[in-house]
Amino acid sequence: MSRVPFYLLVGVLMLTGIVMTVYRHVEFDVPWTPGEQREVWEVEAQVNFFANGGPVKVNLALPSHQENFRVLTENTASSGYGLSFLDDDSGRRAQWAIREASGGQQLYYSVQLLVAPDAEAPAVRPPQIPQDITWERPYDTAAQGIIARAHQQSADAFTFARELIQDFSGDRQDENARLLLTRFDRSPLIVRLLNQAGIAARKVDGLMLEDGRRRQALSSWLQVFDEDGDWVILNPATGEQGRPDNLLLWEASGQPVLEVQGGSNSGVSFSMLKHNEPAAVAVRNQLMNNTLLNFSIHSLPLEEQSLFKTILLIPIGALVVVLLRVLVGIKTSGTFMPVLIALAFIQTSLFTGLVGFLLVVAVGLVIRSYLSHLNLLLVARVSAVIITVIAIISLFSVLAYRMGLNAGLTITFFPMIILSWTIERMSILWEEEGPKQVLIQGGGSLVTAVLAYLAMNNPWIRHVTFNFLGIQLILMAFILLLGNYTGYRLLELRRFKPITED
Amino acid sequence: MWASPGKLKAKGIIGMNRRNIRYISRYNSRHLFPLVDDKLKTKLLAKRFGITTPDLIGTVTTQFDVKHITDMVAGHGGFAIKPAKGSGGKGILVIEHQDADGYVKPSGHRLHREDLERHVSNILSGLYSLGGATDIALVETLITFDEFLSEYTYEGVPDIRVIVFKGYPVMAMMRLSTAASDGKANLHQGAVGVGLDIATGTALRGVQFDRPRMDHPDTGHELASLRIPDWEVLLKLAASCYEMTGLGYLGTDMVLDRRHGPMLLELNARPGLAIQMTNGEGLRPRLDLIERQPDGANVEARVAFARHHFARRGELQVAS
Repeated sequence: MSRVPFYLLVGVLMLTGIVMTVYRHVEFDVPWTPGEQREVWEVEAQVNFFANGGPVKVNLALPSHQENFRVLTENTASSGYGLSFLDDDSGRRAQWAIREASGGQQLYYSVQLLVAPDAEAPAVRPPQIPQDITWERPYDTAAQGIIARAHQQSADAFTFARELIQDFSGDRQDENARLLLTRFDRSPLIVRLLNQAGIAARKVDGLMLEDGRRRQALSSWLQVFDEDGDWVILNPATGEQGRPDNLLLWEASGQPVLEVQGGSNSGVSFSMLKHNEPAAVAVRNQLMNNTLLNFSIHSLPLEEQSLFKTILLIPIGALVVVLLRVLVGIKTSGTFMPVLIALAFIQTSLFTGLVGFLLVVAVGLVIRSYLSHLNLLLVARVSAVIITVIAIISLFSVLAYRMGLNAGLTITFFPMIILSWTIERMSILWEEEGPKQVLIQGGGSLVTAVLAYLAMNNPWIRHVTFNFLGIQLILMAFILLLGNYTGYRLLELRRFKPITED
Repeated sequence: MWASPGKLKAKGIIGMNRRNIRYISRYNSRHLFPLVDDKLKTKLLAKRFGITTPDLIGTVTTQFDVKHITDMVAGHGGFAIKPAKGSGGKGILVIEHQDADGYVKPSGHRLHREDLERHVSNILSGLYSLGGATDIALVETLITFDEFLSEYTYEGVPDIRVIVFKGYPVMAMMRLSTAASDGKANLHQGAVGVGLDIATGTALRGVQFDRPRMDHPDTGHELASLRIPDWEVLLKLAASCYEMTGLGYLGTDMVLDRRHGPMLLELNARPGLAIQMTNGEGLRPRLDLIERQPDGANVEARVAFARHHFARRGELQVAS
């Protein structure tokens, strides 16, 4: 009987669980601990224009997930306008439309961005290099001169671009550069020159994030690609390479940031605010793509989410029970009854729960001992115990409320059927084996319930089980391994001690 | 207070986890469990194999029949009511004799007709059965155990537990009821366990509540002189339960009846580990040795093998 398939299964479960968990952490930036704070930027774009009185179409570029930032939520405010989001090769865009508008118009778009240092940039395809780039005289010679010079003083696409930019800035500006700048804007000009030299490049628009700034405008940056498709961001003013940490690329596909049809005097300005949020909130706000790997409880409606929060904790309780039974050897009354009691403790808080549990079981045992004299059939007797338990719980709730103890009301969270069976079993145990066994098994159940409660109520465990479904597979693997344990239980070390004393 | 795992291992002690995984789930096919979990099935099976069991007075299968219980037991003197699917001795009611006033338990406690009916009704409802399934009640004649044993027991019937592994008797003990155990032969309730030498059926070691014991706590009789008569017959009876049930790891409970000799009381597919305490050694070396033996030996050969290899001299004899 080979155990290889078993260990293979455990290994596969363990590995899948770990990979899923790490993937969630790395790819979606779900933090390991619930207390972690995350920096979140709130950026608002305000589109202003003057409508001409006819139909209006407004098309605004929107930011996407990118290096350093992840889009959490986005909102728009635009009274009377129809809105649709477009997502194609030229990036994400919002399109507002209205049949008739006149006078000054304001459209708002706000986005929450999570600062995620390890977020990866999505794959970017280099733009097509235009084939026929023609210059009028005398700009052609000036351009050729600058390209030749930069080519000489550089080794590859990136150093070439840097040289080129420096030729247009500061002291190095020569005649050729000055001539070209009289005719062209700086950023498009540099892109044009780079393209002519056979280098893929485009102008992108970015926003420098600074806390509390208002009425900011986008700045242009150059995105330059080399032959391998790698790219860098260059500052078109200084030639400085690399993107600043606080640069948010708003439009990164060489398209216009804002297009307005049927309006004039259009413009877009930005205001921004930084705040810190608990990581869990930040995670919840993430816009999730519905890929299989991103299988997440967060895609469910909120109500079901909170239900799952509890359901996903049950395996933890089960693990505690397995540990205590297999490794320690604690006796409980009903295998998983302690887990259900622990779930009730979560609702009631530990102290109230313990007091309530002991009160209900103790009173139940007294009444049950009377029922045993009535000579009833088992099912009828247990049903009578159920009604008794309900009566006890109602009584305690009312009494607690009258005495001003609101905590007493939470006693209703106890699973009544389970309590009734517990009372029935304990009562039988009492009759057959005496009060000592009742104390042993009842105590064992309570200890297990309290430990399961402590595990299930631990903020970190709650966070991890809810946010990483892979944990469930790891738990499964652990429980399978424990099911294969043939060693001694802790309490057996005591039980068999007399044998070793000879 | 605690023994190190290494020490226990050196003694060959088997823990619950190992028993469950390595022996019960490997050698006891699930589909064979009903044969031993249902005492009525065991009884009928034993009859087919010519193994003696206590006589069946009758069975109660429906709540409607409960009120006939007194008619059923009338004229039988002593009797025992058992749930067919009970475990660990739960729900067994022993009545030593009956008279006009009612039914007398071995303790002298007197029960009435209603008590009897309630007990049977509880059995039928599944109160004592595994998983709470509805059950039937067996009524058996009382065993009249061998007189020499009466000095070793208090109120209850002493029984002999033999662990049979792949048909080989590997370890044996006698369970003597005490006042603490309320006349029941359950070790965890306070019965005295006496390890028995597989070769001769003589006492090895006495244990009560897991602590060594030289004499019976209630009768005061020393345990060292305990020697089971018809030992070989008893071992063969135990060993043949392997062929009867097909269960590889089996606990056989037997009694010595005055008239019928060794008698099969019940079988257990999940025998406990306390037998190791009463023998002062672990099961592991013996089970390992049996696992190395080829299959197909007959009952006589298996009993002979066990008596040869598992012979021990008890500390009780050494002491006396």
